[in-house]
Amino acid sequence: MKVAITSTGNSLDSTIDQRFGRCAYFVIYDTETGGVEILPNPNRDAQEGAGPASVQLVASRDVRKIISGEFGMKIKSLLDSLRIQMVVYKEPEKTVQSVIDMLKK
Amino acid sequence: MSPRPKRLRRVSNPPIISGFKPYGGEVRDRPKGSVFLHFEEYEVIRLCDFENLSHHDASKIMDVSRPTLTRIYAKARAKIAEAMVTGKQIIIEGGKIYFDSDWHICNGCGCYFNQPDKGNRVTECPLCGSGTIENCEAMNVDMAESHRQCADLCACPECGYERPHEPANPCKDQLCPVCGTHLMRKNNLLAKDI
Repeated sequence: MKVAITSTGNSLDSTIDQRFGRCAYFVIYDTETGGVEILPNPNRDAQEGAGPASVQLVASRDVRKIISGEFGMKIKSLLDSLRIQMVVYKEPEKTVQSVIDMLKK
Repeated sequence: MSPRPKRLRRVSNPPIISGFKPYGGEVRDRPKGSVFLHFEEYEVIRLCDFENLSHHDASKIMDVSRPTLTRIYAKARAKIAEAMVTGKQIIIEGGKIYFDSDWHICNGCGCYFNQPDKGNRVTECPLCGSGTIENCEAMNVDMAESHRQCADLCACPECGYERPHEPANPCKDQLCPVCGTHLMRKNNLLAKDI
């Protein structure tokens, strides 16, 4: 299963981005192979519609779970219809690596 | 005059398949075309006939009025009957709907999460894997209750009697239990003094 984690930088030592739609990078972690892919978010500076566009990006990678600090208004019904799970994790100091370690357990 | 816009219907369980196909009979006898069953009509059949809920309870779950729900139900049955009698295929799609799922909280790592796939029951946190999770619905009720409490006070302009204000109960319609004067909001009373 693939999990997307929003990140502030393009390494695993970066912290979790507290926003979903306009986060800097998406870290896509595969729980079966342990592989990690880092995608820059093209919607980072979008005026509007960043959330739905990011959902599309993440869904195209076949992600089943998204971990972020916050999700916008338009996101929930979209993700519900795509059957993607949302995890709201409000720990701005935690690094992406620590989240991956939690998922491994 | 334009008609009133349709209220969005809440669908908590999307169907696991996208339609039904007829089989048997002569293929060339089968009619062309299909019956389009909307998501809300699927949901209504699920709630009323599969879960055996009353129309009243189902209408609350779908966030529409009871008469609207009964209308959707009648339409759903008419469509299914048409498909069965004429041998058309059923395609489940469309409708004025939004998908919804419940929120849960994990006491192990403090994260919130939802479960879009209602078929599986939530037993552990998707992040830390601990089993100490709670449904947020109970908490939402508590929050709604505490919201009803407002910080304002009803006060008596004559004797200074005070009590917490109850929402939807205007103070000026009530009498002071001490001296029988009409009560006022404390804020208004203070403003009047100034």
